[in-house]
Amino acid sequence: MSRQQVQKLAVGIITGVAVLVVVPIVLVILMIVVMGIGAINWEFLTAMPTDGMKVGGIMPAILGTIILTLGTALVCMPVAIGAAIYLAEYARDNRLTRWVRLAIVNLAGIPSVVYGLFGLGVFVLFLGFGTSILAGSLTLGIMTLPVIISTSEEAIVAVPNRFRVVSLSLGATRWQTIWHQVLPQALPGIITGVILGLSRAAGETAPLLFTAAAFYLPELPRTILEPTMALPYHLYVISTQVPDMPLSIQYGTALVLLLFVLSLTLAATLVRTRMRRRREW
Amino acid sequence: MLPKISIQDLYFTYDDGVEALRHFSLDIYANEIFILFGPSRSGKTTLLRLLNRLTDLIDKAEIRGKILFNGQDIFARSVNVADLRRRISMVFALPTPLPGTIYDNLTYGLRVAGIRDKAYLNERVERSLQQAALWEEVKDRLHQSAFALSGGQQQRLCIARSLALEPDIILLDNPTSGLDPLSTSMVEDSLEELKEQYTIIMVPHSTQQAARVADRAGFILDGELIEVGVAGELFTSPKNQQTDDYITGRFG
Repeated sequence: MSRQQVQKLAVGIITGVAVLVVVPIVLVILMIVVMGIGAINWEFLTAMPTDGMKVGGIMPAILGTIILTLGTALVCMPVAIGAAIYLAEYARDNRLTRWVRLAIVNLAGIPSVVYGLFGLGVFVLFLGFGTSILAGSLTLGIMTLPVIISTSEEAIVAVPNRFRVVSLSLGATRWQTIWHQVLPQALPGIITGVILGLSRAAGETAPLLFTAAAFYLPELPRTILEPTMALPYHLYVISTQVPDMPLSIQYGTALVLLLFVLSLTLAATLVRTRMRRRREW
Repeated sequence: MLPKISIQDLYFTYDDGVEALRHFSLDIYANEIFILFGPSRSGKTTLLRLLNRLTDLIDKAEIRGKILFNGQDIFARSVNVADLRRRISMVFALPTPLPGTIYDNLTYGLRVAGIRDKAYLNERVERSLQQAALWEEVKDRLHQSAFALSGGQQQRLCIARSLALEPDIILLDNPTSGLDPLSTSMVEDSLEELKEQYTIIMVPHSTQQAARVADRAGFILDGELIEVGVAGELFTSPKNQQTDDYITGRFG
């Protein structure tokens, strides 16, 4: 083969592989949309499930996922952003810092079902929260920490150092410099990281399995100490645990979950591009 | 007369072991323009950054000797670094506006000092812009982005931003490095007026600029102060051979 032919072949193979990446995501989305769109209507989104969940809607699961996502945000944002500020602005290269970084890397590597067990042991049983929104939010919150810490730290480190030096030279304290200069400029990156982290948490099933999710609830939870239905777990239940479940409801539920997660990702992208455009330097 | 700044046998070593200043002693007096000149990497910027303790940002740097400001040791435990930096204010070589409006930039130092009085802030904004010869150009767009200004305007904004704090001393680290000749002469002209109120310590862009603006000057080489003198004498008939060689352009 001549050099040109090798060149053409290589480009062809690489392009083919790249296209291959697109195929599954398109197929997955297409299949879920085609199979699920028929199930989606106002009642499906707003009604309680009835008749062994084969009729009615999935409103409690949608609401549950929204509340769990908000709870996760409340739990992990202060801790994650605080840790990111510490690591990016204050941490020196010492043993403590190395331990913290090691912990974060390892947190990211733990399988989600292990988080579920951990949540069961600590929050549900030991702290006595029971299977509840609170226990589920705490479990998902801890699971989401590493993602948000690393993206936030990256965003903070990316703020040019000259702004810190100028701020300090004008008599600002270190904290004032972080608050007035660093955080506002790092905010788009931090928000993006938070939303992406939450969108992952929103789709998780395993951590909720033992900590928050209910198979079926005839009523909505009234306090955060009650269990809730949630979209991913509901999908698992109706796909595997209930015989004769209409396919359209399964795919409809999957479609709603997919839309929820994708809209979070889209929101993250929008926030980032809009705030980047406003940046002056 | 008590010197404004008294540097006494100062040694400074960076974290990588490079000794940037050694056996450095110098007195600087109120309301003078003191020019510290010498070849690049001779320790000028390091000295300016020591004076308002921006060198604190470097881990593991080693400082020996003393710097007295109005007779007080600036490295003493009791010194509030933020206060010190308000009184000894720095303008950097590259114009560095903070994100935000012109007005935000000018009031930043005052706001972080806890000053909220609108009337006072406005007065400081106008006065410092006038002192930096920028008022006429920006008075109608104080609430526009500072990044919309030209490079020369941005640097005068940075000077005004320091002046807004009414410091005792202004440190100018090659403030005209990126400026065109017109902006340069505007900055140089404003120095004459500023020294009535402030003490100015400046690293110049060139020996010519040093000779134009200095009251007194010091020649620094490899971290050591070689010669200090009144500008008129130092630049025309230096006593030290190295100073003479540098001024006449034989090296540097």
